[in-house]
Amino acid sequence: MALYLSNFMWSWLAYTIAALVHVVLILSLVAGGALLFIWLERKISGRIQDRLGPTRVGGKFGWLQTLADGLKLLTKEDLMPEGADRMLFRLAPYISFAASLAAYIAIPFAGGAYLLGAAPWVAQHVNVGVFFVLAVLGLEVFGTILAGYSSASKWSLFGAMREAAQVVSYEVPLGMCVVVPVLIAGSMDLSLIGDRQAGLFTNWLIFHDPFTFIAFWVYLTCATASVNRAPFDLAEAESELVAGFHTEYSGLRWSFFFMAEYGSMLSVSLLAVILFLGAWHGPLPIATWLGLTAEHGAIAMNLGKLLGLINLLLKAVVGVSVMIWVRWTLPRLRIDQVITTCLKYCTPIAAGMLLGATLWQYQFPSRSFFGLTEVPQAVYHLREGPQQAVQNSGSSPESREGTDVPEDEIATVNHPARRGGQVSASDTIPQESIARLR
Amino acid sequence: MSGRAFVDQLKQQFGNLIVDANLDNIDPWIEVAPEGIVDVCCYLRDEPSLAFNYLNCISGVDYLHTDEKKAKKADWEPHCEVVYHLFSMTHKHSLVLKVLVPRWKEGRAGELPEVPSVAGIWRAAHWHEREVYDLSGITFTGHPNLRRILCPEDWVGHPLRKDYEMPSEYHGIRGR
Amino acid sequence: MSTLVDDPRIMEFDVRTDEMLINMGPQHPSTHGVLRLVLRTDGEVVSEVTPQIGYLHRSAEKIGENLVPRQWIPYTDRMDYLAAMNMNLGWALVIEKLMRYEPPEKGRHLRVIIAELGRIASHLVAMGTYGLDLGTFSPFLYAFREREKILDLFEEVCGARLTYSYITVGGVTADFPSGWLQKCEAFLDQLVPVIDEYHALLTTNAIFIKRTASIGTMSPEMAIDYGCSGPVLRGSGVDHDLRRDGEDIYTAMYDGYAFEVVAEKDGHYPRDHQYPAVPHEARLGDSWHRFYVRMLEVIQSMDLIRQGIDRYSLATDGHGEPMKLTQKLPKGEAYLETEAPRGQMGFYVVSDGNAIPWRARARSSSFSNLWITGQLCRGCLIADIPSIVGSLDVVMGEIDR
Repeated sequence: MALYLSNFMWSWLAYTIAALVHVVLILSLVAGGALLFIWLERKISGRIQDRLGPTRVGGKFGWLQTLADGLKLLTKEDLMPEGADRMLFRLAPYISFAASLAAYIAIPFAGGAYLLGAAPWVAQHVNVGVFFVLAVLGLEVFGTILAGYSSASKWSLFGAMREAAQVVSYEVPLGMCVVVPVLIAGSMDLSLIGDRQAGLFTNWLIFHDPFTFIAFWVYLTCATASVNRAPFDLAEAESELVAGFHTEYSGLRWSFFFMAEYGSMLSVSLLAVILFLGAWHGPLPIATWLGLTAEHGAIAMNLGKLLGLINLLLKAVVGVSVMIWVRWTLPRLRIDQVITTCLKYCTPIAAGMLLGATLWQYQFPSRSFFGLTEVPQAVYHLREGPQQAVQNSGSSPESREGTDVPEDEIATVNHPARRGGQVSASDTIPQESIARLR
Repeated sequence: MSGRAFVDQLKQQFGNLIVDANLDNIDPWIEVAPEGIVDVCCYLRDEPSLAFNYLNCISGVDYLHTDEKKAKKADWEPHCEVVYHLFSMTHKHSLVLKVLVPRWKEGRAGELPEVPSVAGIWRAAHWHEREVYDLSGITFTGHPNLRRILCPEDWVGHPLRKDYEMPSEYHGIRGR
Repeated sequence: MSTLVDDPRIMEFDVRTDEMLINMGPQHPSTHGVLRLVLRTDGEVVSEVTPQIGYLHRSAEKIGENLVPRQWIPYTDRMDYLAAMNMNLGWALVIEKLMRYEPPEKGRHLRVIIAELGRIASHLVAMGTYGLDLGTFSPFLYAFREREKILDLFEEVCGARLTYSYITVGGVTADFPSGWLQKCEAFLDQLVPVIDEYHALLTTNAIFIKRTASIGTMSPEMAIDYGCSGPVLRGSGVDHDLRRDGEDIYTAMYDGYAFEVVAEKDGHYPRDHQYPAVPHEARLGDSWHRFYVRMLEVIQSMDLIRQGIDRYSLATDGHGEPMKLTQKLPKGEAYLETEAPRGQMGFYVVSDGNAIPWRARARSSSFSNLWITGQLCRGCLIADIPSIVGSLDVVMGEIDR
């Protein structure tokens, strides 16, 4: 987008405008998501508990209940304990929220990038997207710890201490589980991993082999822990620590923590969907059947991407709903049990799955769906890197201008260092690479 | 085991420490001298044929008529009673012990009467004795932590005494 | 304050790892009201717990010295407000014991039905709030859903939903309305499958077992020594239930009823093949066993109610006349403990021959059950405290009176 705009104005203005548009889009997604999920949480918990949940505000289903609550929170007094570290206390909710928001920068919402000959819908294409998202999500912990530390309340401090202990335990297996799809797709680029799963659901990485299947569930467990949801919600365990790290918060600051929590829930679900559940590809390639691909013009392609976006978000919402469902079903673990679960069980399992997936991939490099089906040729070649695809997209002027292929991506495509000195003519890759892998 | 048998056994064991017994009451009770209560209780708990290993309750009862006319008619002198309700989980029988003490220690108003604590025999007595101390104003000597339990630490008086008067003011709160 | 230190290295290496003193309560979500626990902790490890009570003290005993027994019935409602019927029963029985009065047969069966319904209601709350203590919210509402039906039944009987004052000295205030027994039976029928849901959600849940098994273990000797009673005592394997072992005036109510005391004998609970097995992590006397005993007692009470309904339908005499307010009590004193849901609720009444008792004393079961917390919680983690206190199932209204 920035590139396209820079044709008409100064490039700094173009970049600023592009950034603003992206921020607004992401912010509305996170805020809208939080609004939806809080409502969803109430509805689901209500139904689980034989209640109706909200029914009045905003019509039949009470779907404006969250908004009404938000208004109430706005009017509440912004309290601060007497002994609090004033600056950190004010800062903490924003750190949490900013970290949760920043992760969205690198999450692609619709791809079809290289496969369909166009760039993904992503605010900033990062070719180590997986790494970026995990790293930034990890920052959210700082907000929690700062909030607990600065509140001048012992319960808050306990919440922060627990969070610190928890973070070191779940990050390790979480990282390992994420490496499994990275390994299979051969890239840390989220849009590439997503497109690796194009076609039927048999290409989804969760079904790639038994190891990825287990790795997905370990990921789900650790992701639940990473967003502080029950049964891992120790930092805010209300029956033990009053409200944990946000005991002393009120009003809008308090709601920022919740926005951050729901934002992170969505982002880890998105990550799960992209890594394991076919990303923006539905179980059946309807967009391809309908002809909504790059070959049929820009409009068709963007329609296809829109379908992909809906697909992705739907799957992510299902992921969030699962987390909500778990929360209203299970009791809470104890802190030592969380650490035991994560370090003693999840970590070895994740490590085993990583090893297993490696061996599987070595043995059956082109097989999918537990080795039952063949990975489509077009998809299989994707692992070789984005060069070929970006070259393709670069060759088509309308797709290049109409979408936001990052500048650096294009710049590095033909860079000798990037190529590693290899002669990689696009039509010779498949045979060579297959031979190399074997 | 009947009340009579208990009394005989205890009388034989402790002689004069068993002051009195009332076997006509619905729950027959045995009165023990204050200085003997720990020994008697220890015996009651440890003697296998009795095995009163469970302390149900300790209650303080204040006997005093604040009304002069009624006081004249009463067939007792003003005093305080500590009532122990015991039970044996092994034999499923129960027993009531009483210790009678003057309302004030040696008649000096304001000084609480003393009864040896049985908290060392049944740990259940711990809180019960604190409660009796708090509400009925009887000191249990040898109690490891005799503090008020239901009333605040700085409360004045012992509410279940018959001559207790509610303070007119407590930390700015009107009492009457 | 002087900060002079001779050797600067002392300051440098003086990493302070002091113990922390924390107030858990009286305003804390998991302390079931206004219990205050003063914790001394080293990080998450609790080294000392001191329960502080008295925040709900309402001088019930002093008030009892100024009211005739029937007027004090509403005050007993407010002791264990989750099992007010059982509190009413305890006080009514002790006055009847003092007066050497025997309620008619129909009245006795009626009291059994009501008291056991009260026990179910109370255990449901205990179960639900215990789930809440362990961080799961849904069983709480499932429990309240069923309890609500019991309250509906109670409301039909006496008009009140929490503080009933229904069982009174001499009998009950009114007989069952017509059709009530059918409703009661229908309630029991639909409760049977629900119990399995509770077992699935809590009793057999892996996390629940992890949080409760081998936590807060008390030996039978310890439980007796500390004066614990009710499910807390039986959870330690002590085979003692006043409905069977109590005084005659109380056990007469349950005469002819077939029931087994819920306590583990030789590694088995009565009829335990019908219920989830004891997990291997659980040790006798831990939180899990206390919880399990309550769950089994619900089933036991359902049995008793069914038997009571049959007997009640056969009985022909009345339900008992409430005692006259002006009636003088015989001179003397009486003490009686009844098996309330939370343990042995004792009432002690001293009478000097007037209509108003000289002394009314309530021995609260939760009072003795709570006292052991300090011992049980030593060395546990902060997260175990709700798990232990919740399994003792205390009600502050009863402790503070």
